[in-house]
Amino acid sequence: MKRSAENEKFTRRAFFVGAAQGAFLVVLGGRLAWLQIAQGSRYKTLSDENRINTKILPPTRGQIVDRFGVPLAVNNQNFRVLIIPEQAENLEKSLRALQKYIDVEESSVQTVLKQAKRSPKYVPLEIKDDLSWEEVAKVEVNLPDLPGLSTNVGEIRGYPLGEATAHLIGYVGAVNKNELTDDPLLSVPGFKIGKSAIEKTHDLAMRGKAGSSDVEVNVIGREVRELKRIDPVPGERVMLTIDGELQRFAQKRLSEQQSASAVVMNVHSGEVYALASYPAFDPNVFSRGISAALWEELLANPGFPLTNKAIAGQYPPGSTFKMITALAGLKTGKITTNRTVFCPGHYILGKGRFHCWKKGGHGYVSLADALAKSCDVYFYQMANEMGIDAISEMASQFGLGKNFGFDLSEERPGLVPTRDWKKARFNETWQPGETIVNAIGQGYFLATPLQLAVMTARLVNGGYEVKPRITGYIGDKNIAPQKWPKMKIPDEHLKLMMQGMNKVVNHERGTAYGSRVKDPPEFAYGGKTGTAQVRRITMQQRAAGVKNEDLAWRERHHALFVGYAPLDKPVYACAVVVEHGVGGALTAAPIARDLLVEVQKRNPAGTPKTVQTAPASETQTKTKKPI
Amino acid sequence: MPKSIILQSEQGIIHKLRNLDWAFIALIVTVASIGFTALYSAAGGSFEPWAENQMKRFLVIFFGMLVIALVDVRWWYKFSWWLYGIGFVLLVYVEIMGHVGMGAQRWINLGFMKLQPSELMKVALVLTLARYFHAATPEDMKRLSFLIMPALLIGAPVGLVMLQPDLGTALMTSFAGVAIVFVAGAPLWIFIGGAVAVAAAIPVGWHFMHDYQRQRVLTFLNPESDPLGSGYHITQSKIALGSGGLKGKGFLDGSQSHLDFLPEKQTDFIFTLWAEEWGLAGGVALLLLFGLIIWYGLWISLRARHDFGRYLAFGLTFNFSVYIFVNIAMVMGLIPVVGAPLPLVSYGGTAMLAAMIGFGLILSCNLYRDSKVTRI
Repeated sequence: MKRSAENEKFTRRAFFVGAAQGAFLVVLGGRLAWLQIAQGSRYKTLSDENRINTKILPPTRGQIVDRFGVPLAVNNQNFRVLIIPEQAENLEKSLRALQKYIDVEESSVQTVLKQAKRSPKYVPLEIKDDLSWEEVAKVEVNLPDLPGLSTNVGEIRGYPLGEATAHLIGYVGAVNKNELTDDPLLSVPGFKIGKSAIEKTHDLAMRGKAGSSDVEVNVIGREVRELKRIDPVPGERVMLTIDGELQRFAQKRLSEQQSASAVVMNVHSGEVYALASYPAFDPNVFSRGISAALWEELLANPGFPLTNKAIAGQYPPGSTFKMITALAGLKTGKITTNRTVFCPGHYILGKGRFHCWKKGGHGYVSLADALAKSCDVYFYQMANEMGIDAISEMASQFGLGKNFGFDLSEERPGLVPTRDWKKARFNETWQPGETIVNAIGQGYFLATPLQLAVMTARLVNGGYEVKPRITGYIGDKNIAPQKWPKMKIPDEHLKLMMQGMNKVVNHERGTAYGSRVKDPPEFAYGGKTGTAQVRRITMQQRAAGVKNEDLAWRERHHALFVGYAPLDKPVYACAVVVEHGVGGALTAAPIARDLLVEVQKRNPAGTPKTVQTAPASETQTKTKKPI
Repeated sequence: MPKSIILQSEQGIIHKLRNLDWAFIALIVTVASIGFTALYSAAGGSFEPWAENQMKRFLVIFFGMLVIALVDVRWWYKFSWWLYGIGFVLLVYVEIMGHVGMGAQRWINLGFMKLQPSELMKVALVLTLARYFHAATPEDMKRLSFLIMPALLIGAPVGLVMLQPDLGTALMTSFAGVAIVFVAGAPLWIFIGGAVAVAAAIPVGWHFMHDYQRQRVLTFLNPESDPLGSGYHITQSKIALGSGGLKGKGFLDGSQSHLDFLPEKQTDFIFTLWAEEWGLAGGVALLLLFGLIIWYGLWISLRARHDFGRYLAFGLTFNFSVYIFVNIAMVMGLIPVVGAPLPLVSYGGTAMLAAMIGFGLILSCNLYRDSKVTRI
């Protein structure tokens, strides 16, 4: 029958369609299995990447403290007022309301309004930072009137001693592109690293380790919840050998001059107690962000406030160098304690006429007199006899001409001239006249105040090759003092130097007699004055008797002094350089005296150091309010 | 009239209810419940705003389905043209309203739901075609002129839907229509020839496509090429599905869906949400349930003793299956994004209404499978 044939056809075709549908279902199931099983792990990763946003949690930067634990660099709280646009009914209204309570600049308001248009509504925007306590209180109390506003506390590096430790501690600043490493912290916006001095040297130790927070975010980036948190590891505390109070004292004392620097250190351990350079800058301004105008001003200052002159200022050592010449003379046998030289006020070598600083001359001078009175002619004579090589070699032994590998990378090497050096530098042979000039620390020799202090320390510590140190502890790890090797210099030679330096200060004919310590007598010290010519004194000026004080500041001599104390068993060495300070006895010696008295009073070498382990968090939190 | 038929059509309502295919109904309720669960999860574990609405709607429509199921299949036979006419008028209405300045509007707002006439039109088309082919002789089927009418019946609504423009719905509507023509016994060469013609027309069709439609096709071919642009939906959906794994992330724990990476999670991408949270196990279970419904529908179609019932049940089942295939293939990245809901599961009134009307009619076909349907 036709109907049944038709039915059969329908059944056939319906089965065909049904089979196709079944096949399609199998394809869908297969596809699902492919996505969920075969590709499952890949999509799982993609899904996690979608939802998980890893935030880096910056650690607290390690403190820097002085040898007594007094903070030199801390993390201060930085109170900020923020606004979350979505919580403010009317953004501008809230900002205007805030202006009623605290001082907010119109430009800040405009900036926030502009930012709000670009960023998602849940992102907090900073209106003002560095709020005072009073301002924080005003905002907090009036929060009901200020929809969307909140205060929050961040960290900002602070330097309690300000200018006094500016060169020593350095400062922190934003990360430059070429400073980026694989440390993820460096990419955190607003993260700061050490830019100079100790902040830079021990940056890695003080930086700490980044923590992380995995937050689940939705498609527009809003945080939904925290999934995993690894707390940051705070940076280590750095304890310096510095005595903060002495440092402050030194800085204050130097500020009486236009431009000066000083170093006070332990002659045995090499621990530096004070390292000051004036003028300086306020590092607190640097960590907040310095204005262009102030920067220009610092650059234009003739006292180079951005340079740590105690380690980077290179000066002709002048007469402070005479101990080196003397030791070289003793070593070569040209100088003996019995030998005297007649000083008529000048010395003639070939066609050259070399003046002693004392116009009339010193008459007959022995070694002790030559040091005490700083007679130039005595050393001219000896230098001419022994030649430059012996002098240069002795200078090198005492730490001149080379970097110590000091913890402050700004240190400069100074200069110890040799025949080879001159050949290489000027392609000229060494002249005997140059030996004579260099023997009194003029000419080519250059030394930093730190080198002069180390030189003095080596003269008075029994001849040990001490090197300066400034880091005491990193965390609770002691940066142990080394045993310094003994130099091959006979003890009696060194004793002669100490005798001479004693006379400089404590003999009535000594150049620094005016700066001796009268009271108390146990604080008496020895030392050597130095005056370094900045420009050559013309014959006319010498004839006219032009006094150095009458010249323009820039043309005046540098004043130097190196000293030690106490007299019998020296512990402290000190070097002072007053730029254009006219004369060592005039300006440098009084400063050195004050520093040596102060350091003996405070006696940091005799005070056992208290080692405190760095607390986990070094910022005291007054209020905690998460954004 | 034969006695048995009189008995069947004039039985009491209780008896009729008892004779409904409750296993089929149970399948439908199960799938709908999966939908409620998924919608509850889509809202982050809340009946608001979707699950509750959907359940209320389902309850009302469910009774509507029972009513449709109990209505004598011959009544539907009689009024199929009317229904086609009403559907067509509504389609024209939204087309005109769209032109009057409301953009590409595809629905009529009834207040409690938005009615898409194109969905209802599909049911009406199946009814009409089933009626047209009812008791058609093999000789009729061989006559090409006999097939002009079905072509017009299919072409008119498809053309209108294309104008909306809604290429996906237009294609799905024509599939259902063509499937009935196929099983009704039209010569095979028509379909083979048609397929060849369509293949040849693809370049021409490309030319007439809207930019966004072209974009959909292009991103379908390589969704990863533009993961944040138009390929975003497919990429995120695949991530959600794939990250579900074998057992899924757990109920209410689908991160892709809950963190809004998955777009349209309560409507077109509901299957993704389900399979993300319940994994391959849940996904395959849902596919099997759909397979059972389709198999059941075909079985009812084959059991019917009259052509109208056969074609009607077949056409509606086929229509239902096309929706499922298109939607699930779309969320898995097998075909371009066409904007088709997953019937019974996706949030939305019209799709559910259309599906449930279909099931009502299928149940009616089953209940009245032995009725004598006279050609009129």
